[in-house]
Amino acid sequence: MMPEISLNILDVAQNSVKAKAARIEISVRVFTKEDRLVVEIRDNGSGMDETTLANVTDPFFTTRKTRKVGLGVSFFKLAAETTGGSFTIGSEPGTGTDVCATFVLSSFNRMPLGSMTDTMVSLITMNPDRDFCYRYEINGEGFTLDTAEMREILGEVPLNTPEVASYIRDFLDENTASTNLVLAGTEIII
Amino acid sequence: MKSLEELKAIREKMQSKVGLRSEDNSVTRVVVGMATCGIAAGARPVLKAFTEGVAEKKLDDVVVTQTGCIGLCKYEPIVEIMAPGHEKVTYIKVNPEKAAEIIDRHLVKGQIIAEYTINAMK
Repeated sequence: MMPEISLNILDVAQNSVKAKAARIEISVRVFTKEDRLVVEIRDNGSGMDETTLANVTDPFFTTRKTRKVGLGVSFFKLAAETTGGSFTIGSEPGTGTDVCATFVLSSFNRMPLGSMTDTMVSLITMNPDRDFCYRYEINGEGFTLDTAEMREILGEVPLNTPEVASYIRDFLDENTASTNLVLAGTEIII
Repeated sequence: MKSLEELKAIREKMQSKVGLRSEDNSVTRVVVGMATCGIAAGARPVLKAFTEGVAEKKLDDVVVTQTGCIGLCKYEPIVEIMAPGHEKVTYIKVNPEKAAEIIDRHLVKGQIIAEYTINAMK
């Protein structure tokens, strides 16, 4: 198991990278009244056929050759379901894949979200040729980071330039902190 | 909230430097294993330590990249260093502290830290 939800997201988003997705959209949405934290990872990669899709949450199924287990998606599903939440995965060959994990926010079994900044910076700097769109919100209020927009401003300056990476880190940290202000005075820890 | 405005300034500053990167054959590659096994074992902070350390020390001929599972899951986080003209060095069970040491001793001074390599396990 992963000690943070953000590590599950990093791991599962790597599958989108491997599926040659040009654009990967990740959202973390918190709904305090409904007591839910919803993570969605959507890509426009190669997608999966029905057989692969049916097996993808089986830990003893993998497409890799280096080992006989495939734990990434299984871990993510388990992490959501042990909170009393749910997990769905939909895919279509040639169109992409959509993974959605719903966590019960107040569950004792829910791992902390952890650093989405570290996850997004790792994904963006390691895959500067792909576009990532990250949305974080609490009760509908939040922010979006879209590398497609950034790329337009940056021109030929690559997204993994240290100065850009450090800007992305600050952007995510500051905007996450501002978004989390709504929770000030509550007992809720994301 | 932080805006995208600052990016314009970064662009102006960096534009002159684009394309000045060293030739491929002089580049040292630092490859961090980022599959499920690596991530679960702590590869994300290791990757961060390398990317930030290399940027901080301005090691322009070092590139930090990622790879999937190489089948040695129990030794993760694994970091491979491939320098031109040298054999590949495989560091195992790396953490951010070891990463800082590897940057200082291996990447800057060219000394392999034998006790952190996979050969020390055999």
